[in-house]
Amino acid sequence: MGYQIPRQKADRLFARLKQNYTIYAPKLFAGDGCFSDTDIIRYGKITDLDEIEWNRRSDYSFKEALLAINEVLFYFTEGETTVPPCPEKKLLIFLRSCDLHAVKRLDTIYLKNGAEDFYYSRLREKARFVLMGCWETCDTGFCASMDTNRSEQYDLYLKLSGSSLWADCKSEELQPYFAEAEGTVCDVQPDSVTENKEKVTLPRKLSVESFQNPIWESYGSRCIGCGRCNFVCPTCTCFTMQDILYRDNANVGERRRVWASCQVDGYTDIAGGNSFRKKQSERLRFRVMHKIYDFEKRFGFPMCVGCGRCDAICPEYISYTNIINQLAKEET
Amino acid sequence: MGLDINTKKAKKNAYRISKARGIGASRIRVPGGYLKAEILGMVQEIAEKYGNGIVHLTTRQGFEIEGIRLEDMDAINEMLQPIIELLDINQQEPGSGYPASGTRNITACIGNNVCPFANYNTSELAKRIEKAVFPNDLHFKIALTGCSNDCGKVRLHDFGIIGMTMPQYDPSRCVSCQACIKGCKSLSVNALRMENYKIIRDEEKCIGCGVCVTKCPTRALTRSKKKYYKLTLMGRAGKKNPRLGEDFLIWTDEDTIVKIILNTYRFVKAYIDPSAPGGKEHIGYIIDRVGFTEYKKWALDGVELLPETKIKDCVYWNGIHFDR
Ligand code: SF4
Ligand code: SF4
Ligand code: SF4
Repeated sequence: MGYQIPRQKADRLFARLKQNYTIYAPKLFAGDGCFSDTDIIRYGKITDLDEIEWNRRSDYSFKEALLAINEVLFYFTEGETTVPPCPEKKLLIFLRSCDLHAVKRLDTIYLKNGAEDFYYSRLREKARFVLMGCWETCDTGFCASMDTNRSEQYDLYLKLSGSSLWADCKSEELQPYFAEAEGTVCDVQPDSVTENKEKVTLPRKLSVESFQNPIWESYGSRCIGCGRCNFVCPTCTCFTMQDILYRDNANVGERRRVWASCQVDGYTDIAGGNSFRKKQSERLRFRVMHKIYDFEKRFGFPMCVGCGRCDAICPEYISYTNIINQLAKEET
Repeated sequence: MGLDINTKKAKKNAYRISKARGIGASRIRVPGGYLKAEILGMVQEIAEKYGNGIVHLTTRQGFEIEGIRLEDMDAINEMLQPIIELLDINQQEPGSGYPASGTRNITACIGNNVCPFANYNTSELAKRIEKAVFPNDLHFKIALTGCSNDCGKVRLHDFGIIGMTMPQYDPSRCVSCQACIKGCKSLSVNALRMENYKIIRDEEKCIGCGVCVTKCPTRALTRSKKKYYKLTLMGRAGKKNPRLGEDFLIWTDEDTIVKIILNTYRFVKAYIDPSAPGGKEHIGYIIDRVGFTEYKKWALDGVELLPETKIKDCVYWNGIHFDR
């Protein structure tokens, strides 16, 4: 149901939500960018509506709210292991349409790709999603090309505009908060864009033959293997394992899983010192083809949601969208 | 009527007296070398109206309008006024040109206006120091540079200001990619290592260059909110003993630097050799004469250092001695 809620009442509503939910939203971290006096927008816990960065797309995606960068899987002593408890509070995660479509990709990998992932699943059950509208396109996103520019799968849609909070609540669980808020019932439709500056056509005839395409070498030779494109991506889900033995007692420790990047050295290392994809060009090919080909072959829809973050963050100005468009063009 | 010029006054007014009789040059100081492009047009106009059409880009980020006639100085000063206003130069009397030239233009590399390595806005700090020290006329050279690369060659100055940042590490964001370690090793001083998959920074070794921060792909490493500086002292070129400036304060702040520079003007006024040619004795030579301990007493008068600042008890200079 849709509501218009005056700001003061909205703040009270938010305070009530805060009691029962840990709220994650894109936030501006002033001065935390790569370079001096530059900022970064990434996810963080928020306690106030004004802490949310409503206007600009976040540089890093929401995924860290569901998949911690470092997650302890268990602590071990000589004879026992202990799994850390799941946080008790439910989660409320603010995100945009492209990212809400990315949740489906995360679910696919962690819940529908063989056995369910215990850690993801227990947190995912607690997660509710708040859609943030896009009234104009971001610079590098191409959601319209990927059909991710609209989403119906939200629990709540929120928009802060003028002196009001506009809401569309689909979740029964959240409904009472709004009923209590004494807003005006009205029709609220999420803002969404129908066109982006960036337009992308997916190639449709990729195959193992595509491995020979010189495009990988031409872009791969520019890539420095920093992994930023993976870390900002809402659909990259790879992690690596780390066993930490405590310094004072090496029989005690913890096992963590930590985000990994298919572009960074070490990703394909195996016992015996071998490594499958040694060259950046092979790694880049793997990433691009996974996003728009391999995943789709298995699950029926592309992995990439078109948020455009990888293009925006690459320090070497490697344009993933340009690579895809070139591949598509070669097919015509 | 013969040409009657008070050359001392003209020099202080930022005019050069050239080799050719009656001909000089007008020197335009640009603090931090950072200026609105419209000033270029104004410089051109003066050069074409009163000069010989040639402008020298000076070694200290100024313009020198060549071939002006010394009797035109007043008219040129009028034309300099909009430049002086745009550059926000301290001036007591409008239309009178640059009020002092003994303290040299405060130079700066491009800094974080543009450069990805820079740790602060060099031209803003240059302007702040300009406002604090001018129209002092003592012979001081001050230069600023964004990071330890020292593109500003600040170690050749009496005061060298080098930008620093104190890396802030959030282990919960670290993915153990080691980009920071590799960056510090190849581009800086190799102050980082990994232990149990997390980064350890050797605080003694770290020079605060910020390379690791620019390399980190997850923002596990970020800059300190506070901007830090290294202050180097008494570098110089010259005939007797050219030498690089030595570190005095490490992890200091802007306020301290400004105070120390102003204290140094007082020190020089107290100790300058009254018989020095042209009333100019270089601070470095004064300190050589008076001793560093005495200078330090003056320099730190009323200064409260940050708790994290490292201070050198004594500073020794090397360099080449042609005077021994
Ligand atoms: S962000 Fe750019 S340079 Fe870094 S790994 Fe990705 S493509 Fe390569
Ligand atoms: S700031 Fe310190 S740790 Fe970081 S790269 Fe520079 S010297 Fe190394
Ligand atoms: S670059 Fe950043 S993420 Fe990589 S090891 Fe260093 S601190 Fe960790």
